[in-house]
Amino acid sequence: MDLSPPVQFDLHRRMVRIRVFEEAAGRLAEANKLPGFLHLYVGEEAVAAGVCAALNDDDHITSTHRGHGHLVAKGGDFNRMMAELMGKSTGMCKGKGGSMHISDLSLGMLGANGIVGAGSPIAVGAAFANKYRGRGQVAVAFFGDGATNIGAFHEAANMACALHLPIVFACENNEYGEFTPRSATMAITDIVDRAAGYGMPGVIIDGMDVVAVHEATLEAVARARAGGGPSLIEAKTYRFYNHHGIQNLGLKYRPDDEVARWKERDPIFTFEDRMIENGTMTRDRVDEIWAGLRGEIDVAIKFAEDSPLPTPDQILVDVYTSMTGAAQ
Amino acid sequence: MSDVRKLTYGGAFNEAVRQAMEADENIFCAGEDIGAFGGVFGTYLGLQAKFGAHRVVDTPISEQAIVGLGIGAAVTGLRPIVDLMFMDFICVAFDQIVNQAAKLKYMFGGEATMPLTITTGGGAGLSAAAQHSQSLEAILCHIPGLKVVYPSNPYDMKGLMTACIRENNPTIMVKHKRLLGMSAHVPEENYEIPLGKANIMRAGTDVTVIAYGRMANETLVAAEKLAADGIECEVIDPRTLQPLDTDSIVESARKTHKVLVVHEAVKFGGLGAEIASQIHELAFDYLDAPVARIGAPFSPVPFSPALEQHYLPDAASIEAGIRNLVQRS
Repeated sequence: MDLSPPVQFDLHRRMVRIRVFEEAAGRLAEANKLPGFLHLYVGEEAVAAGVCAALNDDDHITSTHRGHGHLVAKGGDFNRMMAELMGKSTGMCKGKGGSMHISDLSLGMLGANGIVGAGSPIAVGAAFANKYRGRGQVAVAFFGDGATNIGAFHEAANMACALHLPIVFACENNEYGEFTPRSATMAITDIVDRAAGYGMPGVIIDGMDVVAVHEATLEAVARARAGGGPSLIEAKTYRFYNHHGIQNLGLKYRPDDEVARWKERDPIFTFEDRMIENGTMTRDRVDEIWAGLRGEIDVAIKFAEDSPLPTPDQILVDVYTSMTGAAQ
Repeated sequence: MSDVRKLTYGGAFNEAVRQAMEADENIFCAGEDIGAFGGVFGTYLGLQAKFGAHRVVDTPISEQAIVGLGIGAAVTGLRPIVDLMFMDFICVAFDQIVNQAAKLKYMFGGEATMPLTITTGGGAGLSAAAQHSQSLEAILCHIPGLKVVYPSNPYDMKGLMTACIRENNPTIMVKHKRLLGMSAHVPEENYEIPLGKANIMRAGTDVTVIAYGRMANETLVAAEKLAADGIECEVIDPRTLQPLDTDSIVESARKTHKVLVVHEAVKFGGLGAEIASQIHELAFDYLDAPVARIGAPFSPVPFSPALEQHYLPDAASIEAGIRNLVQRS
């Protein structure tokens, strides 16, 4: 592990932030305190953390229906995120987006997305704008293995390569598209095989290893910033919970022992063991970090619970803007 | 007459884009064949030569990615104009238009601005058959967050396209393919026609006819013939279909007491149904007859000219429709 201790701490902190947020969201859902659907990111933290730690604040990402982790990793504010999940007016989206549309444009997070594959064309647009302005910004499209079967992904990947845009396609291959295994929906094992078809380099990495994700992303981002065009990263990972909701075992479509095997490779715990073994971190310090972030989550839940609900007069607000623009 | 500068409908579109791009370097265009070729209808002719390939971008045949390109660039600060060659191709990009462009601002709690203009060629009359001739504007008008603009003449085209580009909402500019060669006076200087304001093309007292796109012109022809028989039509072109200028329409209905809506889209579920409902809700007591509608029959657009000419409303069928309505009371 060549990464400096501060970078290691940063990666760890981003992962733990995601985990404590998602575990809290799961508990709230179990208590029927969250309306709507909930797609938890638990198990995949190394991907969002490893990728986003390689980005600047003004770089852009597009996300998926499983999007909380991406926003947390990009620096999302717990209070406003938790308030959004509860549909409160203080939420990231003033209670109009919810879990599936959580976003923060000030952090370059262009939205979780309820439509599988739909984020990639939007990331291509952000990458186009970044190239157009020439300020060296890049865009990252997060998507799952299932999204690589939808047309929007293919159009986006081809267009990004045709226009030679500064973009990284970050695939979270968690082996299931909703409730169906990847093997039933595609005849290839590795998503990265598709990269060559568009004319971009692709790498497979262990998505449970935050260092591997981070190093691969640094390389792909450096290529994009230097004008080298798009790349594809395939992170092999696993979601510890069901497609949505909080069930993890006893699911009809995936065996419990498979879940157990993946959980042994928990991206956070394995990384903590490595850091402690290297002497970068102590067990006490690890416990402090978890306790501190859990404290922040408790504050966020309180903030969200105490926040007002949006009033009905807000329904028609922000459908359109009356503002116009363009230099004349 | 010779000192009055004339431009075609297509040329007016081109001039609006050119003048906007000269004034604002955040504006770029992207679409299939719009670069060196200038667009299959020539509406982007010469723009790549003037502004370069980085501002007038030839894209793959990828309608979802074309609209996505516009969305991502708009939400990160540019002002894109993206072209979907034929209105029928909107269906290929429907997720990006309906689920993404239209809703992003709302879903993000108002944070996003979406200064995106989507241009497309609509309408029938060229034997282009069922996948290159549709009028799908009613579907688009049904989606909160979108604006839909449909000019009927060169002057309106330039002013409305300028307004579309300056809009901070996602806007769909429909160019009727049969109007591209229509020539009329268009001022050289830049001007804007506000979206959501109807144009009373002809004042009249006996009947109100609401028509847009090519049908507005067909209606004017019918109105002139009827005037010879002493029937004075008030012809209203809404210009913008979403938002619709209901006030102007209702005001005219209260004045003439009889209203006909004309469009070349199929009649069932068309914009005429919405306009008729609004008039019935807001001016029922003023009406001498139910609001009448003329639209295409409920079939795909047929290929053969022998079929297509009967499929589309024209000045003659509109004239007959008006006479029929005026006789009621």
